[in-house]
Amino acid sequence: MNTNPAIIVEKLNVSFGDSHVVKDLSFSVASGESYGIVGESGSGKSTVLRVLAGLNREWGGDVTILGSKQPKVRDKAFYRAVQMVFQDPYGSLHPKKTVDDTLAEPLAIHGIEDAEARIERAMKDVGLPNSFRFRFPHQLSGGQRQRVAIARALVLEPRILLLDEPTSALDVSIQAEVLNLLQALRKERNLTYILVSHDLAVVAHMCERLLVMQFGRGVEEMTAETLAARSPQTAYAQQLLVASEGFRRQTA
Amino acid sequence: MTEQTSSGWTAWLITDSPVSRRQARLGQYYRQWLAFRRNPAAVIGLTIVVLLLLAAAFAPLLAPYDPLAQALDKRLLPPSAINWFGTDSLGRDIFSRVVYGSRVTLVIVLLVVITVGPIGLLIGAAAGYLGGWVDRVLMRITDVFLAFPRLVLALAFVAALGPGLENAVIAIAFTAWPPYARVARAETLIIRNQDYISAVRLQGASQWRIVLRHVVPMCLPSLIVRSTLDMAGIILTAAGLGFLGLGAQPPIPEWGAMISAGREQIFDQWWVATFPGLAICVVALGFNLLGDGLRDVMDAR
Repeated sequence: MNTNPAIIVEKLNVSFGDSHVVKDLSFSVASGESYGIVGESGSGKSTVLRVLAGLNREWGGDVTILGSKQPKVRDKAFYRAVQMVFQDPYGSLHPKKTVDDTLAEPLAIHGIEDAEARIERAMKDVGLPNSFRFRFPHQLSGGQRQRVAIARALVLEPRILLLDEPTSALDVSIQAEVLNLLQALRKERNLTYILVSHDLAVVAHMCERLLVMQFGRGVEEMTAETLAARSPQTAYAQQLLVASEGFRRQTA
Repeated sequence: MTEQTSSGWTAWLITDSPVSRRQARLGQYYRQWLAFRRNPAAVIGLTIVVLLLLAAAFAPLLAPYDPLAQALDKRLLPPSAINWFGTDSLGRDIFSRVVYGSRVTLVIVLLVVITVGPIGLLIGAAAGYLGGWVDRVLMRITDVFLAFPRLVLALAFVAALGPGLENAVIAIAFTAWPPYARVARAETLIIRNQDYISAVRLQGASQWRIVLRHVVPMCLPSLIVRSTLDMAGIILTAAGLGFLGLGAQPPIPEWGAMISAGREQIFDQWWVATFPGLAICVVALGFNLLGDGLRDVMDAR
């Protein structure tokens, strides 16, 4: 693991019309690290991810990924290095395409030769049996769909994976499965993760460091140990921690 | 209900784990066919359309007489065992003319749909996906065409181009594409913000690739349904132009023109106008029922 930062974000600002959703946000993520961004709905955390992925093209500030400053419109090489897994596995797979079509498409776009071997490997890596290869999304469960989405992200063999609440649309028993899969893949392929979530437990499980966001600003950056010791510095982070525990006590 | 003893083929088609792209596709189609078959109205529609296709294909075998052969000694004979639908004012057998008329109708319908479908789809999908000034320009052009009633605009085109079958097809095509563009654009506006489109953008796909390979397949079902439902309207417009003498020119046996010719004898020799009218009615109904059935099967989300 080298210490070169994989991602550096400096003074990132994003506005949609009149609303300023990300304000002067700066952070950096080391290569091979797993970095969490937490915050309530509307805190701008997903927007940060979409800017990093190049899906959102209206932003100001500097984004440096793998040593090169990123323009608003990314090139093909970028997409081979950075991939994303979306929140809703029911919306992120094309309903008219089989698993095979979905996994073959990125390889066709980038003109990669050994498509057959790569598809088989990606499916094996995410734990999908070969009999699923020609199924349509409507023949798969939510957890299986999310595995396909992860396989699609992995098939280009990226170095950075952006995870936008990858488990929040799944039920609890499947959540753990998918999170463990993501953990294992990171270790195996030495990937860099940015995980966006509103669930502190997920972030605590997955990430070494995390950033708490509120109203588009970074409130506090802390390590997983700080979170585990329940000793964040700022009032808002405290509040978020208490809120997540309180919720758990009521449901238990 | 003959499928109770599921043979090897159906098992192969409905398997949960197909082993090839082709098997997955065919299985998908077979499932849709099973759903389609459950709707009796749709099956009636399909039957009518298939009969129309057969009539057009085998017209020379089905028609007892030459549709153009005049026999002035047999003018305006009522329906009988010899002339099933009677004869018209020039002594031509109306049954033979109705059978041959199915060819004219099919040619018009198919030519219009083949030209209109892709044009409307591409314009709509491009406008919806690209947005911005492309969208504005394309949609204002569409609005201009939508602003005129269809038959009136078709009349204007035919008046400018001159009467005839080809010009009628061109005129109808010119007037029929805007609703397709509208439907395709509306669908695209919904589809373009879906995560699965974001995912292909993230793979570095070009805009054309996204539109053609990811957006268009999602618009296709509603456009196929729309065009089947539209076929009835196209047939009626063609018949309307024929009736006004601006469509197919005599002696081509076009159904609308045949009704028009029978107009003068409608009270004394009712069969001259009635049988081509019934043919139009049945075929329009058939396409409508088929379209309705297809909508239930293909548009299901």
